[in-house]
Amino acid sequence: MKPNEQNYSKSRRLKNQVMAVVTNPYNVIVLIAIVLLVYLIIFPLVDMLSTTFQLSQRDLRNVPGGVPGEFTFYYWKRLLASDLSMNLLIKPLLNSLLIGVGVSVCAIVLGSVLAWLMVRSDLPFKPFFSLAVIIPYMIPSWVKSQAWLSMFKTPRVGGSAGFVASIMSNMGVSNEMIETLLSPVAYGAIAIIIVLTLHYYAYTYLLVSAALNSVNSELEEMGEIQGASKALILRKITLPLVMPAMLSAVILTFSKAIGTFGTINYLGSPVGFRTLSSELYSNSKSQNTQTAFAMAILMICIAALSVFINQKLIGTRKSYATVGGKGGRSTLIGLGGWKPIVTIILFIFFIVGIIMPVVILIVESCMLKEGVYSLDNFTLYYWIGEGNPNIMEGVPGIFKNSNFQNSLINSLKLTIVNGVFGTLFGQMLGYICAKGRGKFHGRLVEQLVFIPYLIPSVAFGGIYLSMFSKPQTLFGVQLVPALYGTFALLTLTSVVKHLPFASRAGTSNMLQISGELEEAAMIEGAGFFKRFAKIVFPLSKGGFISGFMLIFVSIMKELDLIILIMTPKTSTLPYLAFQYQNQNCPQASDCVAIVMFSIVFLVYALANIFGDADLAKSMAG
Amino acid sequence: MSKIELTHIDKFYGKNHVLKDLNLTIEDGDFMTLLGPSGCGKTTTLRVVSGLEKPQSGFIHMDGKEIVNAAEAYFAPPSKRNLNLVFQSYALWPHMTVFDNVAFGLKIRKESSDVIAKKVASALERMQIGEYAKRYPTELSGGQQQRVAIARAIVSEPRLLLLDEPLSNLDAKLRVDMRAELKRLHHETGTTIIYVTHDQVEALTMSTKIALFRKGELVQVAPPLELYDNPVNLYTADFIGNPSINFVKGTATADAAGMVTESSVGQISFDRADMTPDAAQSGKLDITLGIRPEQLTISRTADDEHRIEGHVYSGMPAGSETLVTVRVGGDMLTVKELGSTHYASDEKVYLGFNPKKVNVFDTNTENLIKYCV
Repeated sequence: MKPNEQNYSKSRRLKNQVMAVVTNPYNVIVLIAIVLLVYLIIFPLVDMLSTTFQLSQRDLRNVPGGVPGEFTFYYWKRLLASDLSMNLLIKPLLNSLLIGVGVSVCAIVLGSVLAWLMVRSDLPFKPFFSLAVIIPYMIPSWVKSQAWLSMFKTPRVGGSAGFVASIMSNMGVSNEMIETLLSPVAYGAIAIIIVLTLHYYAYTYLLVSAALNSVNSELEEMGEIQGASKALILRKITLPLVMPAMLSAVILTFSKAIGTFGTINYLGSPVGFRTLSSELYSNSKSQNTQTAFAMAILMICIAALSVFINQKLIGTRKSYATVGGKGGRSTLIGLGGWKPIVTIILFIFFIVGIIMPVVILIVESCMLKEGVYSLDNFTLYYWIGEGNPNIMEGVPGIFKNSNFQNSLINSLKLTIVNGVFGTLFGQMLGYICAKGRGKFHGRLVEQLVFIPYLIPSVAFGGIYLSMFSKPQTLFGVQLVPALYGTFALLTLTSVVKHLPFASRAGTSNMLQISGELEEAAMIEGAGFFKRFAKIVFPLSKGGFISGFMLIFVSIMKELDLIILIMTPKTSTLPYLAFQYQNQNCPQASDCVAIVMFSIVFLVYALANIFGDADLAKSMAG
Repeated sequence: MSKIELTHIDKFYGKNHVLKDLNLTIEDGDFMTLLGPSGCGKTTTLRVVSGLEKPQSGFIHMDGKEIVNAAEAYFAPPSKRNLNLVFQSYALWPHMTVFDNVAFGLKIRKESSDVIAKKVASALERMQIGEYAKRYPTELSGGQQQRVAIARAIVSEPRLLLLDEPLSNLDAKLRVDMRAELKRLHHETGTTIIYVTHDQVEALTMSTKIALFRKGELVQVAPPLELYDNPVNLYTADFIGNPSINFVKGTATADAAGMVTESSVGQISFDRADMTPDAAQSGKLDITLGIRPEQLTISRTADDEHRIEGHVYSGMPAGSETLVTVRVGGDMLTVKELGSTHYASDEKVYLGFNPKKVNVFDTNTENLIKYCV
């Protein structure tokens, strides 16, 4: 007989329960984490949403009888259902979707084909190709856009002739012909899609090649034994098996492509090609905060919708890689007669698509006058020139330039501080997600930490600018002073935006440490902090380092996120390059971009040598 | 040296009712084995006793002191229960040497370094791995790692030692050696031990008491030989014993003097004195005879002791013993004979056994109704 109605002290029960929660440092940390995450992620979102419903002073005249600060549908109506909607919203939205879908489709095809060639076929020169294929990830898309412009820009729209244009002009082609031939290539939708495809195919490549590597090769060999042709095996066996990875890559690519700003600015704005992201930027810059936020909310909804669809499509088939997990194939599929053709095509692709633009950038950075491709135009002025009033309005070359030095220091400061804090928080959150896997608090933290990923970078910068430009008070007590123009705001924005990335890395790092190792320490009497110091940290510190390197690389190239928050004092390298380009000094812009790209490459190489930096794992976030 | 009492323990994992109203007492100095197939709740019981899991209801008392009171949400932390645990996977910290692994708990307790050095050396010596003190776990073999795990558990001289299938990762020969070691350890230290395994041979050879689990419930708690000789139901009889017990179905008529059974091994009478108190007093019932393979004797010729005729299905001589499967009527019986004898398939043989030694079970209730005497 079970003593169900047994007498127990309710007060003692309550006391024991409270003590158990409060005296466990882990619980306290989880609580603090949740509070901070809600404050830094949910609050801004809510703040942003409510702002779109608040009538601002400037728009009083548009709303008869309105009072500043009152609730209104004005902004939403204007955006969604007015005469202006077409121009304001629909056209940019359609353009955004065009870019998104276009890039996704092209990137998937390109990335998957490359992945298959590299992993499954007997393609020659694989070491060279596998290095070349990763380079695009390290060059930010805005640098690629710059390189693209250097290649293809036309005198009328771009102000001076690009490489191809000057060759054509040297060959005697008329300016009119050059414009008609090159303009559509250099600017607009096609250019954007091509440049972004060359950038984002890396995601698909990494994810699909990881999937191909871990799928059990015996599955395909069985097909071969049964008599299926190579094409049939590919279609009916290989393709379905890597489908989950491809779908993940699609979503990653789609949401990143829609959220991109830098490239749109370089390649779209000169010909009036506007997307949601560029509209968001211009609205933000001209203080139309409500409209900008409304657009941001729309972009977040699109991103959330695409993630939702992706989850539904992948469903329970999370990964076929774990099924029949032996993986690792020994025999490669022969390309046969196609081999020489494929190899040559790949070489051309890499040289033209990736290496040449970088070379062009370097060349252009040494050109005195734009568009003049001859040796007597060669100069190192933009690199180390002293200061010539005839060139660039007297601003010295970048290595002698205090702006550059300032930006360089800021960039390094930002990446290091961000790297350290981002890694620490990311590992800590990863610990919580790993320990709390399957439990409520673990799931809650995992969801909260994922949200910044859905918010496009430009929008995120805008939200934080708006929220932290005023002091944050709680019940009259000032918690956070106004952060406008400070380095702290930059750091805060970057850390939070990169949390999904950092905590993914942290989670997979922490999951590798068996729970029993901590339990054994618990039985010996080690409390939470002792366990963390003596067991968890020593075993996970390898992951700290590679996590740090990856965040470092990611933040170094960051433009979209900080473009709204930046001030000249806090300027970083990407922002400096952006400014030079807008001020029509592409050479100086190129110099800055090259320096930045070199740092990224160096750090990535170090991460690969000393750490265990795995791009694919961290990207699967 | 410690008496543990579990009272009305219930444990759920989500909706899964893993431990169902468990009541178990482990006496001071017992070597209690928790035995059962996979998923029956024995490891969960161990973890509940250790404090790594919290039951939803019930009590645990150690030496009369309450360490778990689920209703009042009181769960004493593992380190306060004066026990230690050896994990199935050993859970040795790979970044620490053997010495540091074993010394960890003592360092937490802030013992002085010479005391630590002495205690660790003594524990390592006892497990015969003193020479490996400076090595790292990854540099040791499975058996050596396991000894380190045990050394770590005993160095703090706990009152209660918990072992979770410690021998399952070892090869057969090492397993046999380690069984003897653990039994010796129990004898020398007198510590109360709770041991989890699914291997019934381990349970029989090492324990003072066995607790047999079935799907979260206790079936029988008894000393090994009692469990072997008088299993309380069909499940237990089938689980214990290698090779498994022979079951022969039949019918019986019961009366005040005892019962008479009819089956493929003939008609047998049993005295009421040898039957259990709750066996049927009258009427007809379906019964199952339980005859251990070593209780059957086999002969090529019929005589007074060998009257049951059968045909050999397969014979398996294994050097020290021979296992013969014999078809008797519709039943297949396994016979265990010492020494090596070759039997040809379909050879006619004759079996015999001592009726006093067999168990009889009621087929419907599955319970034991006649003891082995």
